Amino acid sequence: MAERVPTVPITIDGVEMEATAGETVLQCARRHGVDIPSLCFLEGLSPVGGCRLCVVEVAEDLRLRPACATTVTSDMEVTTQSSRLRSYRRSILELLFAEGNHVCAVCVSNGACELQDVAVRCGMDHVRYELQAPRRRVDASHPRYVFDPNRCILCTRCVRVCDEIEGAHVWDVAHRGHGAELVTDLHRPWGESTSCTWCGKCVASCPTGALSHQGSSVGEMRHTPDMIAWLVAARRREWTEREARR
Amino acid sequence: MAAPIDLHEVAEREREEQFRTPLRVHVCHSTSCATAGSGAVLQAARDLAEGDLASSVAVSPTGCMGLCSAGPLLRVVERGGGQHDYHHVTGAAAERIVRHHADRGAAVPEHRLDTALPFFARQHRVVLANAGEIDPDRIESYVAHGGYAALERALTSMTPEDVLDQVRRSRLRGRGGAGYPTANKWALLAAAPGPVKYVVANGDEGDPGAYMDRTIMEDDPHRVLEGIALAAYATGARHAYIYVRAEYPRAVERLDRAIKVARRNRLLGRRILDTDVDLDIEIRIGAGAFVCGEETALLASIEGRRGTPRLRPPYPTERGLFGAPTMINNVETLANIAPIVANGGDWFASIGTPGSTGTKVFALAGDLVNTGLIEVPMGTTLRDIVEDIGGGMTEGHTFKAAQTGGPSGGCIPARYLDTPVDYDSLRALGSIMGSGGLIVMDDRTRMPDVARFFMEFSKDESCGACAPCRAGTVQMHHLLTTISSGRGRRRDLRDLEHLCAVVRDTSLCGLGQTAPNPVLSTLQYFRDEYEALIAPAEGGHG
Amino acid sequence: MSDTALEAGASASGSRHTVDPGRPEHPSGDDRFALVDTHLRRVHDAQDQLIETLHVAQDVFGFLSDDVLLYVARALRLPPSMVYGVATFYHLFTFEPPGEHTCTVCTGTACFVKGADDIVADVATAHGVHVGDTSADGRLTLRTARCLGSCGLAPVVVLDGVVHGHQSPSGALALLDGELGGVR
Repeated sequence: MAERVPTVPITIDGVEMEATAGETVLQCARRHGVDIPSLCFLEGLSPVGGCRLCVVEVAEDLRLRPACATTVTSDMEVTTQSSRLRSYRRSILELLFAEGNHVCAVCVSNGACELQDVAVRCGMDHVRYELQAPRRRVDASHPRYVFDPNRCILCTRCVRVCDEIEGAHVWDVAHRGHGAELVTDLHRPWGESTSCTWCGKCVASCPTGALSHQGSSVGEMRHTPDMIAWLVAARRREWTEREARR
Repeated sequence: MAAPIDLHEVAEREREEQFRTPLRVHVCHSTSCATAGSGAVLQAARDLAEGDLASSVAVSPTGCMGLCSAGPLLRVVERGGGQHDYHHVTGAAAERIVRHHADRGAAVPEHRLDTALPFFARQHRVVLANAGEIDPDRIESYVAHGGYAALERALTSMTPEDVLDQVRRSRLRGRGGAGYPTANKWALLAAAPGPVKYVVANGDEGDPGAYMDRTIMEDDPHRVLEGIALAAYATGARHAYIYVRAEYPRAVERLDRAIKVARRNRLLGRRILDTDVDLDIEIRIGAGAFVCGEETALLASIEGRRGTPRLRPPYPTERGLFGAPTMINNVETLANIAPIVANGGDWFASIGTPGSTGTKVFALAGDLVNTGLIEVPMGTTLRDIVEDIGGGMTEGHTFKAAQTGGPSGGCIPARYLDTPVDYDSLRALGSIMGSGGLIVMDDRTRMPDVARFFMEFSKDESCGACAPCRAGTVQMHHLLTTISSGRGRRRDLRDLEHLCAVVRDTSLCGLGQTAPNPVLSTLQYFRDEYEALIAPAEGGHG
Repeated sequence: MSDTALEAGASASGSRHTVDPGRPEHPSGDDRFALVDTHLRRVHDAQDQLIETLHVAQDVFGFLSDDVLLYVARALRLPPSMVYGVATFYHLFTFEPPGEHTCTVCTGTACFVKGADDIVADVATAHGVHVGDTSADGRLTLRTARCLGSCGLAPVVVLDGVVHGHQSPSGALALLDGELGGVR
C-alpha cells in the first residue's frame, strides 16, 4: 500500500466529506460525484480559472472562488449550487455562445461537446445577448487537423497542453479582450508551422468543435481530453516507479 | 569605488548658490506647461540670466506648479523670500516680467497670478512639496530641499524594523486605488524568506484622466528613488524595478538619469553611503495596456510576457516576480515614504482623517474654471475641491457630477458634494478613491454617455483571459450604446443590470470586477436619464 | 548650466542605438538588425527583455514585420507564437508601416468630456481614414490614445510628436492642413 495521504474534513452543499490535503475544491467535488461545471480546467494541466463557470461560494468569504484553483482547507464550507450561482453560470454560458458561432446542428462536435453538455446541465436554453457572429477564417491547412476559431472559447487548454506536456508551444493567444484569438507560430497557417509536432494533444483536449480531425463531418468528432491526465501520470513515471518500489 | 555623497556639504553649497543672485526665476517646465510653450519662456529667461542680468537673476526649470490650465507658469523668488507667480507667460512676457523685477524691484500687474487664491491656499503639499521648487534634473536641488536625509538617517541610525514601524504609525494606505495599508504589505515582504526578493514601483498610471504619478516621476524622480530605497531597506530587498508606462518617455528619461546620478553618488548600488546595504533599481517600460496596473499583470509584463492577471493566491508577496517574493507599491505611495521617515509616522497620521491619513494628489479636470494638479489633505470635501480650488464651474453652467476612480470608479451627484474625500466615504457612495483622477462634469453631460465611454474603455482594455470580462464588457457596451441612442427597451436595462452583477462577481481580476462601477453608480444616481431614453412604446418615461 | 560635477556623464542617453562593429551582418544585408543585436548583447539575450527588445526593434524599423518578430524570437530563444502573442497584446506595437504623418487624438476622460470624439470623427471623415489605420495615399495615420496626461489642456491632439492643447475639430483640421500642405 502507498503511504496514507492526510485528509481534511470539508462540507460541500451541506454534505460533509473528506478531502485530500492539497487538492482543489473541484477535484474533491468530482471525486465525490458533485457536479461543478467547468470548461477551461483539464486534469493534468495547470489551472487558469478563465472560464469562471466553476465559481463557488465559500462561507465567510465575500468573493466567489474558482473551484479549480481553490485549495481545500479544514472545515471549509462550500456551496456549489445557489440561485445566484446558477444564474451567473447561465449568463456566462450565454456570453460564450453569443461570442462565437456555436450552431450545434452543423458542428463536428455535436453530441460530444463539453460546451453543449455544460449548457444543457446548466439549463441554458436561450441567449439574451447580441450574437457577435464572428467571421474568422477557418484554418484547414494542416494535413491532419482543422482549426475553426469561430468555435473557440479561449479556454487555452490547447496552449497549455502544447506548452506544458508536448513542450512545443505552437499555440498562443494573440491580441486581447474581444479581439483575442489563438494563433500558431506568427499567425501563419497551421500547416506551415515549423514548430508543430503533429502530436494531436491540442485536438484531444479541445472542449468544443474548434479543433478537429480533418475529414470529420457533423457530429463525428470525438475528443479525448482524459488522455492528458494519463499522459501526465505516465511522464511522471508513476506506474513504472511503483513497480520498482514493490 | 567613489566616495559617497556628502549630503550636508552639497545642500550647503546649493543654498549658497541660491542666495547668489537677488532674484531667482522658476519656470514650470512640466509636460503640461511644456506643451503650452514653456520652452520659449525658459529660453527668454535664460538669455537674460546669461546676458546683462547675469549678476541679478538665476533661472531654473522646475516641475509642476499645479495650475496647468493657466500655463506656462513662471515664478519670481526674491532673496528676501517674496514670491510672485505669473500665468499664460510667453517668451516676450517673460522678458518684460523679469526685467521689470530686476530693474524696479516690483511685480508686473499683467499675467499676475494671485497666490492667495483658494486654488493655492487650500492645498497641502507633501508629495508635491518640491514640484515648482526644484530642478528635477539636478540632485543638488533635491538634496538642498532635504532630499536623501531620510535615507541617510534610516541606514545609519534606524533598523529596518524602525523604518517599518514609522510607516505603520503613519497608517499610510496604498495610493494606487484600493487603499490597502502599506505597512501590512511591507511586513509581508519583510517576513518572506530571502535572499532574493523584489520591490516594484507601479508607475503604470492608466486611468484616462490622471497624471499624478507621471508628474511625481518627472518632477521629483529622486523622491521616488528614495522611497524605493527605504522600502527595500525595511523589507530586505536588494533589487527593485520601476514599471513606467511607455506613454511617459520623459518620466523614463528623468528616472534613468536620476538612477545613474544616485548610483555614482553611492545612494544606490553596492554599499550605499558606505553601509552594508545594497540596492539596484531597474526601469521597465510598458507598451500600452491598462490592465498592467493590476499587480500580477504588471509582474507578467516585467517578465516580458502578455500582461494577463493570474489567479491569486499565491499573492505576489509569496510568489511574485521571477517566482520570488515581491511587493508592489504605487509611485505616489512611495513618494510619501521619505517625508514619513524624516518627520515621523505620527506627523503624517496627524494630516487627513483617522481612517485615511495624509494627503492625496488629484488630477483635477473637466468643466471647471481651474484645472490642474492639486494636493489636499484626505477628508477635504468634494465641495471645497470643486468650488474653492476648482473655482466652480465654467460660466453659465452648473455642477452635475464628479467622477473619481476612472473606469473602476463612479459618478458622485451634487447632493453628496459635502462628502469628505477619503477611501471609505467614496466607497460608501459606490465610487472609489482610485489613483486620483477627478473629473468634474457640468449640466451638459449625459450620464449614460459617460457610462458608455468608460465601458468602451474597459472593453478595449480587457485582457481577454476570463470569459465574463472579455465577453461581458462587449455586451454591456452594446446595451449602453443601444440605450444611449434611444432605441433601448426596458428589457435591455434589465439585462444591463444583471450583466453588471455577473461581471462584477465572477471576473478574475480587479479590472473586470470594477468595470461595471461607472454603470452601477450612474444607474444609482441618474436613473431617470436612462429611463428617459427607453423607447416610449416600451413603457419608458419619454 | 545644469551640468555640475555630480551630474557629469549622466546625460549620455543619446546613444541608445549604436551599431556594434563586432557583430556579423544580417543575411538580408539590412544593417538595421545590427542595432537590435547591440541591444540584445547589452541585455545578455535575457528572455524577460522581450518587450524592451520589441521597443528597440520598432524604434529601428518603424514597425514590426514578421521578419523582425522571427528574428527576435530566435535571438531570445522564444517560441514564435509567444512573441507574436506578446507583441499583439500591447497597444504601442504596430505591424504596418505608419503613414508620412501621424495624428494621435487623446480620448482620455478629460478630453472626452471636452469633445475629443468630435475631433476624431471629423479628422477621420475629412481624411478618409479609420482610427488605427493609414489613409490610402499613405499620408496620414490616425490614432487615438488613452490619456496623454495633459488633461489641463484638454482636448489634446498630437501631430508628429508635437502636442497641441485646447483643440477643436476645426482647429485640428487646420493644423493637419498646415502640416500636410492642405492638399488631399
